[in-house]
Amino acid sequence: MALMDQPDITLNALRDRFGDAVGQRQTTADGIPTVWCAAEQTPEILRFLKNDAAHAFRTLYDLTAIDERRRIHRATQPASDFSLVYHLLSCERNADMRIKVPLTGDHPHMASVTGIWPTADWYEREVWDMFGITFNGHPDLRRILMPSYWQGHPLRKEHPARATEMGRYELPVEQQIREEEALRFKPENHGLTPRQDGTESMFLNLGPQHPGTHGVFRIALQLDGEEIVNAMPEIGFHHRAAEKMGERQTWHTYIPYTDRVEYLGGVMNNLPYVMAVEKLAGIQVPDRVKVIRIMLAELFRIGSHLVWYGTFFQDLGGLSPVFYMFNDREHFYQIITAITGGRMHPSWFRIGGVAQDLPKGWDTLVRAFLDYMRPRLKEYEQIILRNRIFKMRTIGIGRLTLDEALEKGVTGPNLRACGIDWDLRKKRPYSGYDQFDFDIPTAVGGDCYDRTLVRVEEIRQSLRIVEQCLTQMPAGPYKADHPLTTPPLKHRTLQDIETLITHFLGVTWGPVIPAGEACASVEGTKGNNSYYLISDGNIHAYRVRIRTPSFPHLQIVPHLCRGLMLPDLLAILGNIDYVMSDVDR
Amino acid sequence: MIETIVRPLLIIAAAMGTALTTAAGLIWLERRLLAVWQDRLGPNRVGPFGLLQVVADMIKIFFKEDWIPPFADRPVFVIAPALLVVSVLMSYAVVPFAPGIVVADLNVGLLFFLAMVSLGVYGLALGGWSSNNKYALLGAIRATAQMLSYEVFMGLAVMGVVILSGSFNLQQIVRAQEGMWFCIPQFAGLVIFLIAGFAESHRLPFDLPEAESELIAGFHTEYSGIKFGLFFVGEYMGITLISMMTVILFFGGWMGPLLPPVVWFALKTFVLICVFILMRASLARPRYDQLMHFAWKVLLPLALLNVMVTGAIVLAFD
Repeated sequence: MALMDQPDITLNALRDRFGDAVGQRQTTADGIPTVWCAAEQTPEILRFLKNDAAHAFRTLYDLTAIDERRRIHRATQPASDFSLVYHLLSCERNADMRIKVPLTGDHPHMASVTGIWPTADWYEREVWDMFGITFNGHPDLRRILMPSYWQGHPLRKEHPARATEMGRYELPVEQQIREEEALRFKPENHGLTPRQDGTESMFLNLGPQHPGTHGVFRIALQLDGEEIVNAMPEIGFHHRAAEKMGERQTWHTYIPYTDRVEYLGGVMNNLPYVMAVEKLAGIQVPDRVKVIRIMLAELFRIGSHLVWYGTFFQDLGGLSPVFYMFNDREHFYQIITAITGGRMHPSWFRIGGVAQDLPKGWDTLVRAFLDYMRPRLKEYEQIILRNRIFKMRTIGIGRLTLDEALEKGVTGPNLRACGIDWDLRKKRPYSGYDQFDFDIPTAVGGDCYDRTLVRVEEIRQSLRIVEQCLTQMPAGPYKADHPLTTPPLKHRTLQDIETLITHFLGVTWGPVIPAGEACASVEGTKGNNSYYLISDGNIHAYRVRIRTPSFPHLQIVPHLCRGLMLPDLLAILGNIDYVMSDVDR
Repeated sequence: MIETIVRPLLIIAAAMGTALTTAAGLIWLERRLLAVWQDRLGPNRVGPFGLLQVVADMIKIFFKEDWIPPFADRPVFVIAPALLVVSVLMSYAVVPFAPGIVVADLNVGLLFFLAMVSLGVYGLALGGWSSNNKYALLGAIRATAQMLSYEVFMGLAVMGVVILSGSFNLQQIVRAQEGMWFCIPQFAGLVIFLIAGFAESHRLPFDLPEAESELIAGFHTEYSGIKFGLFFVGEYMGITLISMMTVILFFGGWMGPLLPPVVWFALKTFVLICVFILMRASLARPRYDQLMHFAWKVLLPLALLNVMVTGAIVLAFD
């Protein structure tokens, strides 16, 4: 298979061209070709990988770092205090590549790659904010998730994770004043400069509390009348340190945190996490688990898209549909409640399976929902998609070309609306998606209307998948028979001592996952969602990296709205479908 | 004595009472009707059918702290809501509820109504401007542009009616509809008048001055308590007024079989108010520039054409 040879071809090309700068290849549990490169040549290597036609890694999928200073199991890797990880993606070739860069020193420096991928801007700011790694040549290296007055870099190992590791919290008056002053709206702090041609423009602070921003998101605007001259987003208000928490929660107890990363996606967030852990642990899950997972994930996709559909129309001034869609969502929650006992955050997937078997009568509920939902979608088509005002407000607004989308790390429906059928469920069928019959809707225009069409069609396709789950649900266990399945299967615990010990340890400490690295990606509700887990052979992860789709999506907002009017900005924000928890984690 | 003093006083009291109670009742009606159309319940806990919700709202709004932001232009900030309510209330003076039941039977009643509607924009513009808040300012700018433009077509749209009836007096306009309501010969005028009416009362789909998802609350972002209440009541009185004027100009005013004239007038007005609320439940909001394009590129030629055609036909047949 050509895809299998490709990594070697790429590696050989790199070695030919850059010689010793390209170091050893690292084996990872996920099979993504991972290669260590010297820091000095890395920008050139990345530029080559992006621009060279044979490789064409046009998307910087993720950029993050690892604090290696307390890691035990990495003898085979180059020595480093910090490692930078560049995760590249080629949608056309359906290939991945991971470039790792060893950095030494307490506060190392690295050359910025914003010149190669503008989207590296936010990623490098995040790495600086979290690890204190300086990127030379970055245009605006400020904190991004933490407030500007924060002391320290949270994802460094010496930074405390719990309140009990810190001194008593105090807020002296001077500090309070300083922190409040930092929140004051000053356009220059957001990188906005007055116009040079002598005309004045208005600076408008939109958010973090604003009805149109869907969460705590702030965007500083430079306006000429109502026309947007420039826009600078500010994020971090919803930051809950999900990645840091992964370093102290056990592999099992971290699952509920994943639900809350993209709070409309529910168990959709559990999926990449448990899949990554299963890759590390080498667990093969039974077929029934796969289908149950797919069914619930697709139901949550429908739920998430319904919320987006209604609130987007509400952003355009249409009051009613949001109520219809929340009613529909109630029908969907009936299924979720019956199966999982929870609603928005069921935390129902487990390492090696799901929490319980499906309850009696689940099929009638799902059938009823399918029968109910389809005619509703037709109705919404009448009242929304064919509405003249809706078309006026969305066609040609927020247009994104395919090239821009790929360069800027856009994924999910936003990318498919630009004319490429990049969908991980088809391209890299995980959890058994290859057994299902469904289409990937695409559009070509890349504007707000096209993105709407793609999402609406996705609801239909998800209904199709759910229907197939309903008719073809395999029988079998709902958990893998593997010692690391958590909580472990109990049936043999009282019969042999080995099982008893594993069970006891797995339940009291939590499972010990073998050392290694694995990344699992899913086609989430909003785009590609990945969990890159590093295990150091402990009961908790050494490092959890959550690559969320909303992060790059929000970064392109200024690009989309420049030159448009203020209401268009709100239309775009409502349309690109992000949630702030997914951006800030 | 009775004829000259008591009767006018009674009519004034009745007109004022009607205007204010309808406005209050409309708050309840709108919330319940929207709820029906949006698959939900709406206020149904306080009193029978939730009717006393209005009273609860009023108590809350009256007793809320009357706060004026320190950065606001104080006198203007206070006057603005009053200006809106007064201008709307003044229009009620020329509304003929039934034959002879009118506060001031002006010969230029229609012009008086148009003039008062124009004054209403000051309430919004000054309120937004004096708040010293950028969102309020944007709302006020939108309000000014939108209302000034749509006023033009409102005036032009009713000219057809004036041509047909030969009078600016509202009672005479109603009487001129004895044979046929003007909604038939003046259908284009009716449509333009209604659209302009929606824009004048800045209701969805023309609620750009408020535009919650964009401008938070637009021109009245900084208002709270009874001052906000005045804007609120002013909006509902505006809806009632536009509905009444539509009935008078196009749907034969108080005329109708069997029932007393006042009842007919009230019924017709009620139906139109429901149309206002239905519009709010069903439509999205166009963009500011699209709204202005629609006004000047579509409505203006249409309104002018309507006046010309009506005039030509009247000339030809007289």
